[in-house]
This record gives sequence, C-alpha cells and structure tokens, in this order.
Amino acid sequence: MITTGCLFILVTLALALLRAVRGPSVYDRIVAVNTFGTMIVLLLVLLGFLTDRPEFEDIALLYVLINFASTIAVLKFVKYSSLAGPGADRGASPKGGTAP
Amino acid sequence: MEQIIDIVLLAFMVVTAIAMIRLRNLFAVVMLSGIFSLLSAAMFVVLDAVDVAFTEAAVGAGISTVLMLGTLALTFRDERPATRADWPAMLVVTVTGAALIYGTLDMPRFGDPDAPIHQHVAPRYIVDSPREVGPPNMVTSVLASYRGYDTLGETTVIFTAGIGVMVLLGSVTRRRRRARPTTPATPAAPAPPEGRP
Repeated sequence: MITTGCLFILVTLALALLRAVRGPSVYDRIVAVNTFGTMIVLLLVLLGFLTDRPEFEDIALLYVLINFASTIAVLKFVKYSSLAGPGADRGASPKGGTAP
Repeated sequence: MEQIIDIVLLAFMVVTAIAMIRLRNLFAVVMLSGIFSLLSAAMFVVLDAVDVAFTEAAVGAGISTVLMLGTLALTFRDERPATRADWPAMLVVTVTGAALIYGTLDMPRFGDPDAPIHQHVAPRYIVDSPREVGPPNMVTSVLASYRGYDTLGETTVIFTAGIGVMVLLGSVTRRRRRARPTTPATPAAPAPPEGRP
C-alpha cells in the first residue's frame, strides 16, 4: 500500500512539475511549487515508513512549515515587490521613486 | 521501490535543470529553482543526510527563492535571448565536467564499509559518542562537541557577515529616511526600471 502511495505521489510530482514549467501565469507556477513541496513532504513520510525509520516524520513536519512560509513570502513579493507589506517603504514617498 | 524513487527524483532534477536553461521568463526560473532544491533535499533524505537536507530546504527552497525574487523586483522579468552559442565556454565546462567525473572513478563504492572515511574517526564517533558526549544523534555530537571550536568559528563568521550586511543595509535605509522630509522628490537610489512583477 505504501508502494502504491509512492507511485501516485510520483505521478502527482510529474504533473506539478509540468505545470510549473508550462504554466502561463505567475499563480500557476506558485501553486505548482506549493503542491510540489507538499508532495515532497508526503513522499518523505512514506519513505520513512518504507525504510522502517518513521522518525523522519519530524523533518517532514518542518518542511511543511518552511513550504508554507516561503509560499507566503513569494506571494507577498509578487503583490508588493517587498517583504514588508504595502505601506512600509512607499507610503511616505509621494513620487514612489524609491527602490522597492 | 526505493530505487524507482531515486531514479524518478533524479530524472525530475534533470528535467527541472533543462527547463531552467530553456525558459526565458525569470520568475519561472526562480520558481523552478525552488523545485530543484526541494528535489535535492528529498534526495539528501534518501541518502540519509538529514541535516544537509534540512539546510537545503530552508536555505535553497526558502531564503534563496525570496532573495532571487527580491533581485527580480529590481531588474527585468525576461532574460535577453542568447545571440549565439559560446563555444569556448562550452569547451571549458565539458573539460571540467569530464575531469570531475574522471576524479570520481577512484572513489570507493557508495556505502563501502572499507572506505577511508569510514575507517579514520567514524568508528570512535559511532562507538564512544553516546558515552562521551550524550546525544543519540552522532552528527549533533560531532558538530557540538568533537568539532566544537570549528562550529564556534563558523558561527562567528556568519554572525560577523550578518552584522556587516545589517550595517550596510541599515545605513542606506536611514539615509533615505533622513533625506525624505527635506527633498521628497529626490530618490536616494537610482530608480529601477518599471519591470517589477
């Protein structure tokens, strides 16, 4: 059963990779990368059980956190061109001449 | 099954690398580099190098993606199309790669117990480290105790580098903030081209 799960996850990884390469819009690629990270995490958990070392689950949990945080960081960059948010750097400059 | 996973992961890495070379949209290239480092982190876990895998996931997929997006916000979104192939560079890369592969021919087989790296100090770490240091994880004992001074030096270097970057960036921000109330129309830095995503 674990083997079947691994196979399906590998197929999903291939589809997500295809979407990340082909994806016409920015958001297609972001969702593809996020899905890819989630699938890698699932694959790591299954690998832990496949090799009888389920203590590797902790690493998978930390991967989930990193994946979540980096997706939010990427989305903030796409929207505001900086990590600080909308009003941090350009709210005070009326001409908007500062670097983002 | 594990071998199938290895082969498929390595094939994904090849596909990602080729796509990164072929694509001209730099945002897509940054996203693909995130995928590439996720894949290599998974490969490191498969190779039992869990600590390296964790660093790769945090630095490669997390921080460096954000740093490259920050760079992308200051430059153009599309790579300029290559005008012609650079044959001398191709020659140098081919020769270097061939030399590296030639160098691996002398290496002991992967996981060979008679390899020199498994004979020098590793047996002592394996046998004595639970008694001498304590933690069940050998890598932790090596990094924190056996190579403690080395780790201290590394931490000092990284700490100093961090202070340097903060001083550089902080002075720019402070100068800009001080210049703003008097002459708000003068940008402190040259304005970037309007190519931000």
